[in-house]
Amino acid sequence: MALYTINVNGKNHQVDVDSDTPVLWVLRDNLRLLGTKYGCGIAHCGVCTIHMDGEAIRSCAYPISSVENKKIVTIEGLSENGDHPVQKAWIEHDVPQCGYCQAGQIMSAASLLAQNPNPSDEEIRRAMNGNLCRCATYTRINKAIKTASKEM
Amino acid sequence: MLMDFRTTSLKFRKHSVIFLFSAALFSAFVLACKAKTGSNGEYTSLPEAKKQDSLASIAAFKDVYSVLMHPRCMNCHPIGDIPLQGDDSHLHNMLPQRGPDGKGIASMKCANCHAPKGVPGDHTPPGNPKWHLPPADMKMVFQGKSARELALQLVNPELNGHKDMQALREHAEDTLVKSGWNMGGDRELPPLSYEEFKKVWYTWIDNGAYAPSN
Repeated sequence: MALYTINVNGKNHQVDVDSDTPVLWVLRDNLRLLGTKYGCGIAHCGVCTIHMDGEAIRSCAYPISSVENKKIVTIEGLSENGDHPVQKAWIEHDVPQCGYCQAGQIMSAASLLAQNPNPSDEEIRRAMNGNLCRCATYTRINKAIKTASKEM
Repeated sequence: MLMDFRTTSLKFRKHSVIFLFSAALFSAFVLACKAKTGSNGEYTSLPEAKKQDSLASIAAFKDVYSVLMHPRCMNCHPIGDIPLQGDDSHLHNMLPQRGPDGKGIASMKCANCHAPKGVPGDHTPPGNPKWHLPPADMKMVFQGKSARELALQLVNPELNGHKDMQALREHAEDTLVKSGWNMGGDRELPPLSYEEFKKVWYTWIDNGAYAPSN
């Protein structure tokens, strides 16, 4: 165990965990930020996606020792009032079915649009391939990203 | 008359021997030049190598090739723009793209899952701070290459990432190359140990970096 200071959603937190502990479990178990979900634990499904310095990383595959001095943003910190263009478009298109994957989907979509504000369908598909939706709401996800891109 | 004929015949034979000897010398010189310049000869070598021992170099490259074509190396040197994955070299799950710099695209960059240091586990993404494919403008494909094709590619600065012989030699020390032996989990290791690989890599280069004939 060791002490780590991490910056999450603009606030510094000190946690005492093993250096191999995935950030996902620090967020959920230590900081009680439960919006980021556990899916596969091997970075294959995208459910646990968060932002690290703006990049959409898989929090299940990043040990706590790799995120010190980085700025972490979770779904709870993406916007102050839940009004990020992607979140608004998500509601407009009624994207979620079961909703389990949506935090990861939204974080990936926000990262995509921050880097490519006007992606084509093909660019959306390629950038979102790492986020699985077992309810298969991919058509609505695509539409929501298109709508959000108009506000970026 | 008979004596004159014998004398003439002996002189002719003498001149023939000299001519044939000279022709053989000239041919050997031309072949040697071809080998050095690597134009289209059977053997190709780096002229600035410490030694020129095609047999030792080619023998070493056989072992080098067995490592470079192993999934731990080849999976990130694919023919297409999607990396390979696993001991069976299937297309990488999620179909991540190479991107212009080889580091992926937008929200699907290599480093989004491959942390500087991975988390333990059989199927977790291996970690390395430099995880990437070769860039789009120099793909450095290993997949599908014969030993000769790969050797010629490796020594060509226009195809090997602009590496001269020294840089090529030092590439064995690259941390991403080394990570092929340290990916963790149940992944199969390359057929040689890292130290064995480094030895044959240096042997291949230091003896001329010759390309085998096939």
